[in-house]
Amino acid sequence: MTSDNNALQNTPNPRTIRMLSERESEILESWIENRVNSPDFRETLISGEEMTADSQSFLRAFVTAIANSNVEEMRGKEFNAIRRLLLDISEARAAQAFSPSETAFYVFSLKETLLPFLRDEYQDDPQILLDEVNKLSKGLDKLGSFIFVSTIKNRERVIRQQQQDMLELSTPVVQIWDRIICLPLIGTLDSRRTQLMMERLLERIVRSRAEVAILDITGVPTVDTQVANYLIKTVNAVRLLGSTCIITGVGPSIAQTIVHLGIDLAGIITRNQLSDGIRMAFELTRQKVVPINSATDSDAGTEGGDIDERVQSAHP
Amino acid sequence: MSAFKVPILKVGDVLLVSIQSDIDDRAVVELQQRVLEQIERTSARAVLIDISLLEMVDSFTGRMLSDIASMASIMDAETVVVGIQPAVAITLVELGLELKGVSTALDVDDGLRILRERMKDKQRRRAAGADDWHATAGN
Amino acid sequence: MQQQEINRIQIEDNDDVVRVRARVREAAARAGFGHVDQVRLVTAASELARNIRLYAERGLVEILPVRKGNRRGLHIKFEDSGPGIPDIKLAMTDGYTTSRGLGKGLPGSRRLVDDFEIESVLGEGTIVKITKWL
Repeated sequence: MTSDNNALQNTPNPRTIRMLSERESEILESWIENRVNSPDFRETLISGEEMTADSQSFLRAFVTAIANSNVEEMRGKEFNAIRRLLLDISEARAAQAFSPSETAFYVFSLKETLLPFLRDEYQDDPQILLDEVNKLSKGLDKLGSFIFVSTIKNRERVIRQQQQDMLELSTPVVQIWDRIICLPLIGTLDSRRTQLMMERLLERIVRSRAEVAILDITGVPTVDTQVANYLIKTVNAVRLLGSTCIITGVGPSIAQTIVHLGIDLAGIITRNQLSDGIRMAFELTRQKVVPINSATDSDAGTEGGDIDERVQSAHP
Repeated sequence: MSAFKVPILKVGDVLLVSIQSDIDDRAVVELQQRVLEQIERTSARAVLIDISLLEMVDSFTGRMLSDIASMASIMDAETVVVGIQPAVAITLVELGLELKGVSTALDVDDGLRILRERMKDKQRRRAAGADDWHATAGN
Repeated sequence: MQQQEINRIQIEDNDDVVRVRARVREAAARAGFGHVDQVRLVTAASELARNIRLYAERGLVEILPVRKGNRRGLHIKFEDSGPGIPDIKLAMTDGYTTSRGLGKGLPGSRRLVDDFEIESVLGEGTIVKITKWL
């Protein structure tokens, strides 16, 4: 019985619903006027038309939702439509750089607007007036906090997506030569980024049949034990594929750090300059770059010429 | 599944082993045994194991690969494992299995080239009288 | 943690270890794991299912998708009533083995997943639970 009572107490009076529907255009006008005149309204962010359209849909959905249900519980199917509408609004507003509190405030502001209309309706019955104000406030409070939370969630999603995009952008794999690829690393390496980088590098090695993969860390400010371990892991995984990994761009400060941390880079090929790494990569792939004039003479004298000396690269 | 036998082909001096599907531990042990027997019977000088179709290599299979490489080496045959998938390589490293003593190559073509180079090297060293088995066993 | 469908595999034979790998791969793909994570899960499951064969001969593997708040994941339980592990700390050390293996099974599979729990009572059996989150 108590729950029925409670439900009844929280369901708006049919008279209120009727009044809200009948005076919809007046309420809408007054609401928009209040919004536009309020000190925190930023007209640059949203067009008047858009706000009118949003507000009208919202007001209608609100009246429909509360017509037959308990405003305490915003879970019923009566509220599905208005929740969906709010999510759309919240998404659109997040994209327009509205803060979550601005969006919530928009919902709360309807309370103030409704007050004079309710007062009109229940002039002679202050008790009912109080009850109805209370019920509608409760409903709008719930919706306001709902949109606050969902705006924040939307923002988090946008940020996550951007992080993901940046991650992808920040790990390009460059084809340097036939069977030689290079992965220039720039910025701080965290575990997620390194993981993704390693996966991309390995997949690219297989796809392009790269015999040598150069990992250039010129743009990496510092190397700590964890980053060094990732690099070692990558080098080992590259070797398992049957390719060779060269780490280049190891400057004095990184070399010092590595030795101080006691990190063992035995078996890992490191070079100071990217160009040294590329030279090494040519050697490993049995290729050499020769000056154009001497291209013909230098052939004869090369030792070990019997083993697959394939490409002499010189461009006319 | 245990009735299924991994085929071992001999092409020239090389034994070609291609593991086509996920096999159970018994089949792994049996494969190792058969490869060694084939080296002896056919006097193959090299073994190429293609695992490009294997979606998973755990410590048991990893150990089999290492063992074949070192045992074959004692029998004077070179081994190369080809076609390890990227995800498998990452997992092996995380598992702590770097297969240090095993030569690897990207695919069968590269694997055969490496084996040929190795065999040539070995011959040259022997021709020069510089052969000692320590030098070859380690690789 | 909210549970969905449970996948049970009885371990009695070497074939069953292969079956565990196939089922874990399916479940991991269905749960939405990327390719590398699928391989990590399958490999960890293979190591732990083999441990059941090696030490207890028979046991039970349960695979279930899990959810905790907004996070989804895959949980796998390996249970046997074998001899149990006398020194878990030692067993979790890289390279330690009592079965002529590489000693990578337990410590290695722990590195492949996010959560790793092990309980063992001498003479009663061992339960290993692993979870990987999306």
